Amino acid sequence: MKNNPEFIINGILSGDRSVLARGITIVENDLNGAEEIISKIEEKTGNAFILGITGPPGAGKSTFTSSFVTELRKQNLKIGIIAVDPSSPFTGGAVLGDRIRMRVHTKDENVFMRSLGSRGALGGLSLKTSRIVSLMDAFGMDVIIVETVGVGQSETEISKTADMTAVILAPGFGDDIQALKAGILEIADIFVVNKSDLAGADKLELELKQTLKLNYTDTSIPVIKCCSTRDDDFENVYSEIKKRVDYFKKEKILDERRLNRKRRDIYDLIKSEIEKITEEKIKKLGGIDSILNMTDGKVYLTEELKNLVKM
Amino acid sequence: MKKIKVIVAKPGLDGHDRGAKVIARALRDAGFEVIYTGIRQTPEDIAVIAQEEDADVIAMSLLSGAHNTLFPKVVELLKEKGLGDRLVVGGGVIPESDIPFLKEKGIKEIFTPGSKTEELINFIKENVKCDEE
Ligand SMILES: Nc1nc2c(ncn2[C@@H]2O[C@H](COP(=O)(O)OP(=O)(O)O)[C@@H](O)[C@H]2O)c(=O)[nH]1
Ligand SMILES: [Mg+2]
Repeated sequence: MKNNPEFIINGILSGDRSVLARGITIVENDLNGAEEIISKIEEKTGNAFILGITGPPGAGKSTFTSSFVTELRKQNLKIGIIAVDPSSPFTGGAVLGDRIRMRVHTKDENVFMRSLGSRGALGGLSLKTSRIVSLMDAFGMDVIIVETVGVGQSETEISKTADMTAVILAPGFGDDIQALKAGILEIADIFVVNKSDLAGADKLELELKQTLKLNYTDTSIPVIKCCSTRDDDFENVYSEIKKRVDYFKKEKILDERRLNRKRRDIYDLIKSEIEKITEEKIKKLGGIDSILNMTDGKVYLTEELKNLVKM
Repeated sequence: MKKIKVIVAKPGLDGHDRGAKVIARALRDAGFEVIYTGIRQTPEDIAVIAQEEDADVIAMSLLSGAHNTLFPKVVELLKEKGLGDRLVVGGGVIPESDIPFLKEKGIKEIFTPGSKTEELINFIKENVKCDEE
């Protein structure tokens, strides 16, 4: 398949799924043409609503997403799904298995799902997620769901790509709210207590509501209880989330989020450019070992080194 | 550098996916990005997944004996989606005598039960077309 930016842009705007997929590969891997594609596609974005879904592994994020998408499809909305899973920090490899739970949507032409390995990309993951979101947005998606595992720093970081973040908890997977990773509670705009069919869901809901009362000034954060392995609860899930979205729009929270996202993305973009410059500089100075020679093997910034870096 | 992306798929009706999961993990440990589809996927499902994921490699495993119809069907659907350039390989209980037919239909290599995962890994590394520009 061709990688040329014009071909990719036209393909995306004309609704070619294979070309959208290739465009995503290009921005994900920062291949030639990525900047051109993004620069031309930006003006076609802004229509989609971006919902982040995060929570501990096994809480039911993928299952929830699948049932929620079924509900959204009843409203005839076009859906993009980005499922981010951790890559091995050693080999960079990953097994991405979220598709198993989303299989009812595979053949639906109005649902496009993409898996993304976190790859330990330093600071770059949220920027790349933003860019993939932009391509899906330009493609005509109405709602884009970004699923991330709520464990590490980088994962909570990506949630900032979203217009709104739902944190999913389930009994047995973080029913001890105090033990939940600091930060994961703070990013929630909505809580979902999943697996309501299991014992312990009521207790989890109660504890969560108490915690919210104690720690938050924003008492409007809804707690939605549901069972994701059935579709029954999802009319209610949809209407609760819709209420929250309307509130975000009315209070201009959405605009602020989007501006913040731009601020952070351009910051990350500059950071990754500087990283490239750093690599080049080190190469120019003869490699890491010859730099260590310059400092007699000590790790500190000699005047000489300082000057060489600035040059 | 772009990671090699592999779909590990189980078409057909047999419900055993232990072998496929072992392969998925071995490919991950070799540094590939693996998308595991789960069992009982139709050729249409597999082609859609390969399309959306922009996969470089589609590795299918099949024990139920329907390889002569299902494997070529996937290749055909990939071509329809403009993905004729992807590396398609198959594995499972496949008689020697079927292999020439499958290769003629565009399955680049067949790995029978005796073969090691290293053979698959090396084959992918040597034959994948990961156009990086
Ligand atoms: N009993 C019950 N099980 C659920 C529910 N939602 C998800 N599960 C199961 O929980 C497991 C993990 O689900 P998954 O969606 O993969 O979780 P994720 O890791 O958060 O994406 C699977 O076996 C699901 O079938 C639910 O509402 N009730
Ligand atoms: Mg999941």
